Amino acid sequence: MTEKVTRLAERLAVLLGPDAVITDPVRLRTYECDGLTNHRARPALVVLPDDGAQIAQIVRACVAAGVPYVARGSGTGLSGGALPRTDGVLIVTSRLRRILEIDIANQRAVVEPGVINLDVTRAVRPHGYYFAPDPSSQQICSVGGNVAENSGGAHCLKYGFTAHHVLSCEVVTPDGEVVELSADGPGYDLLGVFVGAEGTLGIATKVTVRLTRVPQTVQTLLAAFGSIEGGGTAVSAIIAAGVVPAAIEMMDALSIEAAEASVACGYPPGAGAVLIVELDGPQAEVEHQFAQVKALCEEAGAFEIRVAADDAARALIWKGRKSAFAAVGRISPAYLVQDGVIPRTSLPRVLARIDELSAESGVRVANVFHAGDGNLHPLVLFDDAEPGAAERAEGVSGAILDLCIEHGGSITGEHGVGVDKARYMPRMFTAADLDTMQMVRCGFDPAGLCNPGKIFPTPRLCGEVPGVRKGVHPLVEQGKADLF
Amino acid sequence: MKALEAVCADVRPAASGDALVAAPASVEEAAAVLRVAAEHGLAVIARGGGGRLGWGPPPSRRDLFVDTRNLDRVVEHAAGDLVVKVQAGLRMDRLAAVLAESGQRLALDAPLPAATVGGTIATGAAGPLRHLYGTPRDLVIGLTIVRADGEIARSGGKVVKNVAGYDLGRLFSGSFGTLGLIVEAAFRLHPVPAVREYLTAVYADADAAHEAVQAVLHSPAAPSAVECATIPDGIAVGVLLEGATGRAAQVLPLLGQGARVGDAAPEWWGRYPEGAVLIEVTGKPTALPDFLRAAPNLTWSACGHGYVGLAGETTPAQVADLLVALRRIGGAVVRSAPAQIRDAVDVWGPIPALSLMRRVKDQFDPEHRLSPGRFVGGI
Repeated sequence: MTEKVTRLAERLAVLLGPDAVITDPVRLRTYECDGLTNHRARPALVVLPDDGAQIAQIVRACVAAGVPYVARGSGTGLSGGALPRTDGVLIVTSRLRRILEIDIANQRAVVEPGVINLDVTRAVRPHGYYFAPDPSSQQICSVGGNVAENSGGAHCLKYGFTAHHVLSCEVVTPDGEVVELSADGPGYDLLGVFVGAEGTLGIATKVTVRLTRVPQTVQTLLAAFGSIEGGGTAVSAIIAAGVVPAAIEMMDALSIEAAEASVACGYPPGAGAVLIVELDGPQAEVEHQFAQVKALCEEAGAFEIRVAADDAARALIWKGRKSAFAAVGRISPAYLVQDGVIPRTSLPRVLARIDELSAESGVRVANVFHAGDGNLHPLVLFDDAEPGAAERAEGVSGAILDLCIEHGGSITGEHGVGVDKARYMPRMFTAADLDTMQMVRCGFDPAGLCNPGKIFPTPRLCGEVPGVRKGVHPLVEQGKADLF
Repeated sequence: MKALEAVCADVRPAASGDALVAAPASVEEAAAVLRVAAEHGLAVIARGGGGRLGWGPPPSRRDLFVDTRNLDRVVEHAAGDLVVKVQAGLRMDRLAAVLAESGQRLALDAPLPAATVGGTIATGAAGPLRHLYGTPRDLVIGLTIVRADGEIARSGGKVVKNVAGYDLGRLFSGSFGTLGLIVEAAFRLHPVPAVREYLTAVYADADAAHEAVQAVLHSPAAPSAVECATIPDGIAVGVLLEGATGRAAQVLPLLGQGARVGDAAPEWWGRYPEGAVLIEVTGKPTALPDFLRAAPNLTWSACGHGYVGLAGETTPAQVADLLVALRRIGGAVVRSAPAQIRDAVDVWGPIPALSLMRRVKDQFDPEHRLSPGRFVGGI
């Protein structure tokens, strides 16, 4: 620990009490990484504030000391957005778990950032409401993390992302000011850019979320196809028919195999692909469209269609899909989870190319995706005991992202850029695009202390005149930033 | 003018005053125009259809209007992906016509007839469909802008699900031309519903109307819009149900006796209230009865957004008093008003995070040449 950080730790212990400041190297190790485990950095110190006011105090102390800081919720992020700085402070929101207000008449709730996503739904479900964003980590991920990452989930096809379900946030800005950002107040929609900024524009200390009425009816079916093409045809036909399902998920043969090995989900044997389609809404509407969807799946060549008769049967259908990521651990010693997006209509071409990439490299790829919105989650399998295997897997994983960009898609649909994909940003955006985005960052965080090194491969020196840069970046030279 | 003519084919003097108008026909031409403006230190006002040019305080300087209406192409309509990319000067009604050929729509009402895509985004305009689909911030998936210094910058893309980089689409929605010139936008689309049903009822008092609105909101009806408006007969409530089948029978009882179903929108639907003074109000859904009692002429979307119209003969003092009353209930911003009223009242009300907004503005437009003075806090 540098002297600067030591003094900061002492100051924070006075402000927050000694039990809220962790400096013990063994305990610090718990916080070395988030859900992206191949990037690790032990923070210089970890603080566990009790409320928003303490977060503001911490940020002000960090700014005064010139020490970088990173906020962390439950640490389930998959792009290293909460990767700590070895020379900085990690602010963990796990003690901010209070649901402050439930206002059913106005269809909203006010929660602290450490509140678990599913706990919001649990609290309002008796009133006939739920919190719509449903990332697969929803049993453990925090609302603050959802705000940072603009989390989606299987049902965002119909209901949108976190950005559509946050009405306002109390935020500690990077210079320690406490402000209220809202979508409909006068002035710029700073909330709109704050949500999804991966913790680089400040720390949310209170979040007002929109609550959604529980639909009258939910209908779910599982359709098994001989090949992935059949499934793809069905998805296109459903969308073309004007149906907006709550979710359409697809799994290929390899991911089905993994799910079977792991949770015995009992999907139809011999399936080259399964499609899960869920419709929800008013009864008359759902019944009509469900019949349509079933017919379209049959036309596209589904050899078996199972309709969930009740919630238990629905849970069984979803079990295989929800366990898919963890399940590949059963068929491969190690794997990478990729997250890319393509225009949905490019699905057949992109999947064929992924097959080729897999054959050329000998690296197995299991495909799980949110088919309705073209969000792919290829799982790239490898044996970490085999020399060079990890690099080959990284190679295939990167090539898949290039494929997404080539087809006009995105390098991330929901996991975020974090540290993991900062180096891919220049393939998707021009220097001017990235420079322009960083104008926002410079407005919020001119000192560059709030979660530095994330999203952007090259930090912009705030205050500089836009244009071509030469030589070593000044922030790099000062040791304030790294290049990825 | 010569420097502008060298980069843009359509340059002319403005109808009044000394200002010039440039109407670029491509993104590159727009960028060249803004570069020339930067070199000459010109204050630039972006304009589309012009329907909301009078909204907000008048800019303190106006040297050059950049008219986007020559930028009117549909760049790409990927019908199978439910995505469209268009240039900013395309009219909203023309876009709707193009999309309708494929049975699709941009789920965004255009309350003013000649509105362009760019103007709609820049003013954050929306109508009754905001209830289910939100406003431009929720439907823009990619945005191309020209910065004050003439650089072209893109954010987002042409896929709906995308979290790569900051979302400038949301930042620019409702920014009134003060951060940059919007030149292209990609939107997420929705299918045109097979059936549309408008359920309407009229109530004698605010509480009865509010009760009906709350009954619909908390039912599983999943309406596309729930609107409320003061009309000569009382307070009208309208519910729009859209989908593959008719569902009116299920919802009609919630509106009480005398409720009707029709397949056309009632006459008052999705309009700004009449009057020379237009005030935008925001609040919680339960603010409705208070707003109804405070304002003589209100239109309201049940999600918490509305407008108050006032006659031109209202005095500045009366408007100021009304603003105080409205701001006890929620937010109230004067959008348009005769100069003598606008100059005499606080048009914005409290602005949280203003210093942060100023810093963002300073980054995008350090010389304050983009619609200077038109926005909150004199931005």
